[in-house]
Amino acid sequence: MSNRFKPHFPRSLSLTALMTVAALLTGCFSDDESWRGKDISGLMPELAFELTDTSGDTLTAQETEGEIRMVFFGFTSCPDVCPATLQKLSRAVKDMPGDLQKDTRIVFVSVDPQRDTPERIESYVGFFSERAIGLTGEEKALRELSKRYRTTFGYDDPDTEGNYNVSHSGAVYVFDRQGDARLLFRPDLSVDDIRTDLVTLAEENKS
Amino acid sequence: MAVVDYLIPYDFSPVTILGFVLVLGFYGYGLLKMPEEDRPGNGRILVFVVGVMMCYAVMQTRFDYYSQYMFFVHRGQHLILHHLGPFLIALSNPLPVMRFLYSRIKPGIRHALKPLGWAYRFLQHPAIASFLFVGLIYFWLWPPIHFDAMLSRDLYWIMNWSMLLDGLLFWWLIFDPRSPVSSDALGYGKRILLLALVALPQMVLGATIVFSRGMVYDVYEVCGRAWPMPPETDQLLGGLLTWIPPAMMSILGILIILRRAMREDGKVAPYSEKLKATHS
Repeated sequence: MSNRFKPHFPRSLSLTALMTVAALLTGCFSDDESWRGKDISGLMPELAFELTDTSGDTLTAQETEGEIRMVFFGFTSCPDVCPATLQKLSRAVKDMPGDLQKDTRIVFVSVDPQRDTPERIESYVGFFSERAIGLTGEEKALRELSKRYRTTFGYDDPDTEGNYNVSHSGAVYVFDRQGDARLLFRPDLSVDDIRTDLVTLAEENKS
Repeated sequence: MAVVDYLIPYDFSPVTILGFVLVLGFYGYGLLKMPEEDRPGNGRILVFVVGVMMCYAVMQTRFDYYSQYMFFVHRGQHLILHHLGPFLIALSNPLPVMRFLYSRIKPGIRHALKPLGWAYRFLQHPAIASFLFVGLIYFWLWPPIHFDAMLSRDLYWIMNWSMLLDGLLFWWLIFDPRSPVSSDALGYGKRILLLALVALPQMVLGATIVFSRGMVYDVYEVCGRAWPMPPETDQLLGGLLTWIPPAMMSILGILIILRRAMREDGKVAPYSEKLKATHS
């Protein structure tokens, strides 16, 4: 008789094991509901770059430490995504309480160094916000940075007038004061949601 | 870009390279040292190496770059890691080589490897194997999980390796060269049933992706595409790759198993002795 129960044992064991695995996995990936943007803590490495700023000098991530940094990849000839995103970010920053505004930094990284000179980037980002800085670099450095944040960019063939489209990330990567990757703002996130998240981040271990 | 840029890994993974070197190394060592009568023929060796190299190519060349930034290329990558590569490897029947290598392992180590055997037998239970085979596809294509997997380098590697290992387990169960009559290998009927069963949910998933109006996988939108391509086209192609080729692989698998079953028909008659006894 005891033989009869034997075949059932491994099956129930396997079921239990499967359920345990499923439970563990749901635990791993559960999102913290308090954020409006996408929580990317632990998914990406901390902020690191070495690029050229709008005055032609080298700027590293360490020099911007202590600020909430919103990194966005784009190009100044961008017809829709870039202006819309920069507009949203600058409005969200303006809506923050005054003393927190100076702890934020919009970092616009141009992935079109061929057309985007430092002067051109300067007038472009200056138009949107005084909390914004513009960066660019050689294509190799830009490729490395975008690879680090699991994104890429590509160029279309130029038309007869030499204009071409650039595919790039539509998301904003948000890093906290320590430089840890914290949030990802999808393009459809509202100004209010962005502001709420930025305030929460800025109030976290405020200096 | 020079040709060499297409051949070098986009995301260099020492563990992956080591894994492939060891597999090919041990296979080659086995081929050279094993008795000639057991050695697989050239055709089988070629099929094995092609299967292994296909998996390597989608993981450690420029192909991997396009897989990370284009949904349809990503589906192509998983088609090779989960289906085509393991399909060829299992079909090439490396069992004699594995048997030979196993015979060379010292008894002490063999004893230590026992838990691995238990895990293997557990995973090769037909219900678990087919659940895992389909479950992994659904798991990694579940939009929030897919999003995280494409953002995190670690998760991305776990995803690709889990697809490859599970593909090997499943297709090895299906193409187990041992006959079910003379060993405890899975019966041909059950193998055919499994192949049909795993095809259905894959077709449902692929069709769902093809016919969805909105963007199911916005991570490619968020992270930028390898080249400017309309998102709908990318999603449509990815859906088709999830839908049609895996279904065709199942049918091909069924045909191969049917052929094997028909060949064995009449060759071995396990009940003939008994029947003779009752009829005489």
